[in-house]
Amino acid sequence: MTLIKTKIGRRSFLKTSAAAGGGLMVSFSWLAACEPMGKEAALTMPKEWFDFNAFIKIGENGVVTIKCPNPEFGQGVKTSMPMIVAEDLDADWKQVIVEMAPFNTDLYTRQLSGGSQSIRQGWNTLRMAGATARHVLKQAAAELWQVSLEEITTDAGLIFHKSSEKSMGYGEVASMAAKLPPPDAVELKEPKDFKIVGTSRKNVEGLEIVTGKPLFGVDVKKEGMLIAMIVHPPAFGLKLKSFDDASVRSLPGIKNVFSFQTFNDDYQQNYFDTNTFPELVAIVGNSTWEVLNAKKALRVEWEQFDHRSFEMDAFGNKVTVDVPGGLESSLDHMARMKELNAKPGTVLRKDGNPEEAFKKAAKVIERTYSAPFLAHNTMEPMNFFAHVMSDKAEVAGPLQAPEFIEKTLSARLGMPLENIDIKMTRMGGGFGRRAYSHHLVEAAVISQKVGAPVKLMYTREDDMTFGIYRPTYMATYRAGLDENDKLMAFHVRAGGIPESPLGRSANRFPAGSVDHYLAEEWFIESNITIGAFRAPRSNFLAGAEQSFLDEVAEAAGKDPIEFRLQLLERAKNDPVGEENDYDAHRYAGVLELVREKSNWGQERPGVSRGVSAYFCHNSYAAHVLDMKMENGRPRVENVTCALDCGIVVNPDAAANMAEGAIVDGIGNAFFGEMTFRDGVPEKSNFDKYRMIRAHEAPRSIEVHFVKNEIDPTGLGEPPFPPIFGAVANALYKGTGKRHYNQPFLGEGITLG
Amino acid sequence: MAIFNLNVNAEPRQIDVDPNTPLLWVLRDHLDLPGTKYGCGIALCGSCTIHVNGVATRSCQLPVSAVGNNEVITIEGLSEQGDHPVQKAWLQHDVPQCGYCQAGQIMSAAALLKSSPNPSDEQIESAMSGNICRCGTYLRIKEAIKTAAKL
Ligand code: FES
Ligand code: FES
Repeated sequence: MTLIKTKIGRRSFLKTSAAAGGGLMVSFSWLAACEPMGKEAALTMPKEWFDFNAFIKIGENGVVTIKCPNPEFGQGVKTSMPMIVAEDLDADWKQVIVEMAPFNTDLYTRQLSGGSQSIRQGWNTLRMAGATARHVLKQAAAELWQVSLEEITTDAGLIFHKSSEKSMGYGEVASMAAKLPPPDAVELKEPKDFKIVGTSRKNVEGLEIVTGKPLFGVDVKKEGMLIAMIVHPPAFGLKLKSFDDASVRSLPGIKNVFSFQTFNDDYQQNYFDTNTFPELVAIVGNSTWEVLNAKKALRVEWEQFDHRSFEMDAFGNKVTVDVPGGLESSLDHMARMKELNAKPGTVLRKDGNPEEAFKKAAKVIERTYSAPFLAHNTMEPMNFFAHVMSDKAEVAGPLQAPEFIEKTLSARLGMPLENIDIKMTRMGGGFGRRAYSHHLVEAAVISQKVGAPVKLMYTREDDMTFGIYRPTYMATYRAGLDENDKLMAFHVRAGGIPESPLGRSANRFPAGSVDHYLAEEWFIESNITIGAFRAPRSNFLAGAEQSFLDEVAEAAGKDPIEFRLQLLERAKNDPVGEENDYDAHRYAGVLELVREKSNWGQERPGVSRGVSAYFCHNSYAAHVLDMKMENGRPRVENVTCALDCGIVVNPDAAANMAEGAIVDGIGNAFFGEMTFRDGVPEKSNFDKYRMIRAHEAPRSIEVHFVKNEIDPTGLGEPPFPPIFGAVANALYKGTGKRHYNQPFLGEGITLG
Repeated sequence: MAIFNLNVNAEPRQIDVDPNTPLLWVLRDHLDLPGTKYGCGIALCGSCTIHVNGVATRSCQLPVSAVGNNEVITIEGLSEQGDHPVQKAWLQHDVPQCGYCQAGQIMSAAALLKSSPNPSDEQIESAMSGNICRCGTYLRIKEAIKTAAKL
């Protein structure tokens, strides 16, 4: 039995009647969780709801509402987080409806989707929410039936007293149970008793998605709402000089044209306040088309800025951020990265005596890898609804982390936090981009200025050229093999613009498996802004490192999986250093699973295979990618994927995530790239920015999970980084040529 | 501005807008049909796909003045209860991740099945290659189309 103290986050378990509050701007789901084939008749709504805690209310007819604390961007939390609550509540999933929780970190603690942490960090709280409600339901039944609590059992929304053959639904005691105080400690289920967690459940908003219901930020509409767009500098390194509002003021439907600053001058930015263009021009009008036309017609002059610096509060550390002036170009970036990468960097980790070891090595292999800036390109461009009134504000839209922006917004509007209601809509993709919510602040500032509800819409071009990109990176790897072809020394030197990919990863594999190890880094300042992008930093390192290990294994004359497993064997039994940031058993586990499931070692004519594995965001992933050459071009036949993320809450949805990460990774390996010329992003829409499409996706993907009872860890990010290495390694097998610089399209190879 | 009488989801609809307004924005801003999505505005992502006389059409590049009385169907009008075979198959395969591209994917798939009731993999890939899914749900889309063909 697992007893868990309910004290942690106890505030969440105080009774919260009418916690939802606020005007309904977006329609919430009132449909039952979808079973296939549209059998999901709407459930009969109860006459009365009884609140058990911030997560759960139960109706007198047994219908259960579970609130999902974290915003949904396609990773499935709106289904999986309520599943966890329902599990320890022992609810009947068919009777559960899911609602988006209001933003209130007093009640829900962590309401942020990012870092693949929703399930990992929500796990205990969600289970506790279910278990405490179940406990008081049992207590109420025991009182009603005058039997002891120990004799009461539950199953799928029903309460039983077996010896007297009594039973009833949760709804029948809901009113009584909801009045009982929550217990000090509750019993959680054992994983072996799970009935919902670990079984595949359909997306709770599936039916609304396929019928085109207004779920997204862009769909928010309110009486009297105006449409706003922004005009931002066309190049990094430029700022607003002047604009001619007379050129568009008289155009049809245009209400207002003005410039504004996103932050007050004296405002101290936080880490997620990344603000590429602090001053913008806003155009406000009646309809999207009218505003778009005015945006095209507006005459604006820009000028270069020299340099600016500001103080930032980076999670409690005050740091000065320097933004260099100048108009940067990708060609210069490449030259400068090569220059810095040739010099010693800042040492992050050193084991043994790497330089001596390299001198003694029988073979030394050295290779350099690079990858470009990437734009997130969420299918739903940035947008936000805002209605700022004199005494309160309502904002609604797509954002991953309201807690990162609420203070910023409050400061900018000059309005106390408690008067601001932030609603989280379903997001049309996030991938890290929506952790930076400057667009929310912009919408609110515009609404405040025009005194009306406003929906701010970015065009695709705005979205793609607004910065907050994945940085560009370069890394050189060096390996020394002894006369028995055993890895004796390993060296990585990596950096990027404007950050290094290595900082938090120097203690990852193969550190710990080799006696002489050196990791060092460098970086180059830039005025091009960057942000988290699906598995930040790992999304470059994994590809480079796993391609390199393939080449080292080949030089050592070893099978690439066997080569990695031998290194992990060392890390298991006799690790070098103490700070190793991975579990060698679990790492080896995914490699062994993928070896078995892919029938590794079985050659098939015309099929070239590449393997790759990585650990990040607390989870382990390994892929075997099968490629065929068709008409001289590679086509991915199949990807076999093995994952260890502990307990898998919703297996089919988890497989969907992994499939998506694999497709996304293959696309970015071949095509993903943002380049600059004189500060101007050279791609602003999908004509130039190539995205992977249906005919370029693998023909099949098989996802396998390591079965264990370890508390769950993240899944949105971990399968993404290693796919780059699997692509490169399979390409080598198929073409005889190693590829070092992403995107591979730029090296003259494209998908069939 | 000019008055247009449209036939949208089997209903007559009248609007007074600039004749150059793309049908996408007429649907979203003026007719309260936000299921059709904006993704690129240049006919390259497929998010805005609708049917005009049963043919998959990018509404972001179709000026309202060119619509006439041709029959326009949007995701909201594809079926009464969300029970079009493509929608059912989509739920069965739990296709969507973020869901933003899916209205366009479904409209492209429904038009494909109308013209080729039993499409081959190659036909599916080519008919669907104009619809970007940033979340990478292409494999499920393909499977769901095959399932829908049997429903
Ligand atoms: S919005 Fe029409 S194709 Fe992209
Ligand atoms: S499901 Fe997110 S873009 Fe397709």
